[in-house]
Amino acid sequence: MIKGTVKIDAKICKGCELCIVACPQNALALSPNFNDKGYRYVELIYDACTGCVNCALVCPEAAITVYRQAKSSKKSQLKSE
Amino acid sequence: MEKEIRKEEPRLMKGNEALAEAAIRADIDAYFGYPITPQSEVIEYLMREVPNRKDKKIVVLQAESEVASINMVYGAAGAGARVMTSSSSPGISLMQEGISYIASAQLPCLIVNVVRGGPGLGTIQPSQGDYFQATKGGGHGDYHLIVLAPASVQEMADFVFDAFHLAEKYRNPAMILADGALGQMMEKVVLPPDGGLSKQPKPWATTGKTKDRNHNIITSLFIQPEEMEKVNLELQKKYEAMQSEVRWEEFQTDDAEILLVAFGLSARICQKVVDLGREKGIKIGLLRPITLYPFPYKRIDELADKVEFILDVEMNAGQMVEDVRLAVEGKVPVYFKGRMGGMIATPEEILQEIEAIHEKQNVLHD
Amino acid sequence: MNEKLLLDDGTELEQVFCRPDTLTDVPYHYCPGCGHSVVHNVLMEVVDELDIQDKTIGVAPVGCSVFAYHYMNIDMQEAAHGRACAVATGIKRVLPDKLVFTYQGDGDLAAIGTAETIHTVNRGENILIVFINNGIYGMTGGQMAPTTLPGMVTSTSPYGRDIHMSGYPLKITELAAQLPGAYYVTRQSVHNPNAVRKLKKAVTKAFEYQMQNKGTCFIEVVSNCPSGWKMTPVETIKYLEEVMFPYYPLGDVKVPKE
Ligand SMILES: Cc1ncc(C[n+]2csc(CCOP(=O)(O)OP(=O)(O)O)c2C)c(N)n1
Ligand code: SF4
Ligand SMILES: [Mg+2]
Repeated sequence: MIKGTVKIDAKICKGCELCIVACPQNALALSPNFNDKGYRYVELIYDACTGCVNCALVCPEAAITVYRQAKSSKKSQLKSE
Repeated sequence: MEKEIRKEEPRLMKGNEALAEAAIRADIDAYFGYPITPQSEVIEYLMREVPNRKDKKIVVLQAESEVASINMVYGAAGAGARVMTSSSSPGISLMQEGISYIASAQLPCLIVNVVRGGPGLGTIQPSQGDYFQATKGGGHGDYHLIVLAPASVQEMADFVFDAFHLAEKYRNPAMILADGALGQMMEKVVLPPDGGLSKQPKPWATTGKTKDRNHNIITSLFIQPEEMEKVNLELQKKYEAMQSEVRWEEFQTDDAEILLVAFGLSARICQKVVDLGREKGIKIGLLRPITLYPFPYKRIDELADKVEFILDVEMNAGQMVEDVRLAVEGKVPVYFKGRMGGMIATPEEILQEIEAIHEKQNVLHD
Repeated sequence: MNEKLLLDDGTELEQVFCRPDTLTDVPYHYCPGCGHSVVHNVLMEVVDELDIQDKTIGVAPVGCSVFAYHYMNIDMQEAAHGRACAVATGIKRVLPDKLVFTYQGDGDLAAIGTAETIHTVNRGENILIVFINNGIYGMTGGQMAPTTLPGMVTSTSPYGRDIHMSGYPLKITELAAQLPGAYYVTRQSVHNPNAVRKLKKAVTKAFEYQMQNKGTCFIEVVSNCPSGWKMTPVETIKYLEEVMFPYYPLGDVKVPKE
């Protein structure tokens, strides 16, 4: 698996859950906590993110930054799988 | 503005065409309009002439409606262009929403209304029935246009320059309020000099955000009441400053005992009334407001101290007369003489009215 | 986009997606899950990628997206309800080298602004029209739009849109495609990641066509209005797929003959 992760700007997240539905790894979920605007925000709940960018593409708030394993290291990773 | 000495030969031109030619010489960047009598010659002239002026880069576009025209004007003005439109009464009514937006967004532009008789589709004959609409705002909200009222073909041309000068100085839409007769009649005119109106930079215009500045926004939306009030106060301050641009003309007011107040075509007729009256020994004077907004309240008030009464003459049911009464504040009686629906009072008719009032006044005084 | 991140296990990650540079830091006022925001993101991403911030001028008329200028860090003009195409025409005619786009709702573009829309496309005005079809008047609180589907409940069609009274949903995109001035007409959506990718391609193409002076490009985005539809954002995805797309099929409606 390619490794990735996301950083979600909890301050501007409105908890619309569209990213949760878009994530093929089911790695996102609503936090039990609320942000200053009163929304439950989305969090990465476990370490399955592949950095596919799907969540960020559908995020209305442009609140998600996505990171992915560098291309070079990705290749070696794939081979070893 | 100072009148420069013009070397050009006089030409015989229609008012609408003189205005269109002046627009070319004022280096407009764009004209957007929709045909309507009695002003279609403006767009016709521009369509015909502009392609022959290889030194000019002027967009002339026939829009699908006056609604589209005025919004094209808004867009182009926001993008920093010197831009205008022209129409006649029903078309100007259609433009009102857009004019209100332009006033609120504080964009300079020129709107020409060659007024015809109304209400409704009315008649294509000349009228001054759009005075209220022009001077009191016309559309929604608290705003004013700068309004210039020409009384000759010469002024149809000259006021294009004056209107753009003022519009750009105050970042405010300006209107030339003419009428069907001024648009259609032919007179001698010495055209304003080509390229005689310089262009100042417009750093607020939407020309594409460069790295060295914040993005420019043209808007009339101020959703927070505090902000909306602030914008309104700013506008009111601007209108206050615009009062210094007030212009009028006087004929034989020095010794006048009776004052005529009239604008545009009516003022020309009243000039004749002054002459006819004086031949009969009646000391009549005339004040012609040239700017209808700002309005020469103060000067009318001063003259009111010296005259027996005022007769306001218009081609409508009595619109400017309300401003004259405001100026005078009851000091002397203000009477009104008007014809409507495209009818124009003759000098004799007006003089008769004066004589009748005069008689009535004397009876009252006895 | 070259920020790196080091995971605990030593894997080096590189940033592959972030908020577009040409968006301001102002948080959107849109309701949670509203498609307007996604389309804004896509537009500004394309502006970034084509490096056209200094050339692009947007026009946002009245509708939920009237405040687009708070978010898009480009020169923008607000327009009266329905008049975006006329305003854009005014801008483009005096600044023909700039890239001009409108961003209009369905009420704006297909009801009150129909005349301006049709005539702008018919003139082949060299601009991009972005048309957000959410089947409703979002801003004013969920009234019936010209695009509202038969039977759809809105605050002014409380028993469902009755076609005998209000006529049929207007497929103005197909109408626009009929006009010779239309160069590229497409219907897209933003309801899932692939749809967003496709929209981005369409927007990129449209700006490129504009640079080549090809004429009007028209992109409809069949979008949602969770508040007006009285659904959760996730429920709107299903509604889009099951109800909206059958009536407003996705895909290109007119592609350049080349
Ligand atoms: C002349 C005029 N009429 C009506 C309105 C009120 N109004 C504002 S937005 C709107 C409808 C917006 O719907 P749409 O264009 O579909 O945009 P959305 O909010 O759905 O994105 C209406 C009717 C207005 N602002 N101006
Ligand atoms: S009302 Fe509808 S269209 Fe407007 S922001 Fe909310 S969800 Fe979006
Ligand atoms: Mg809508």
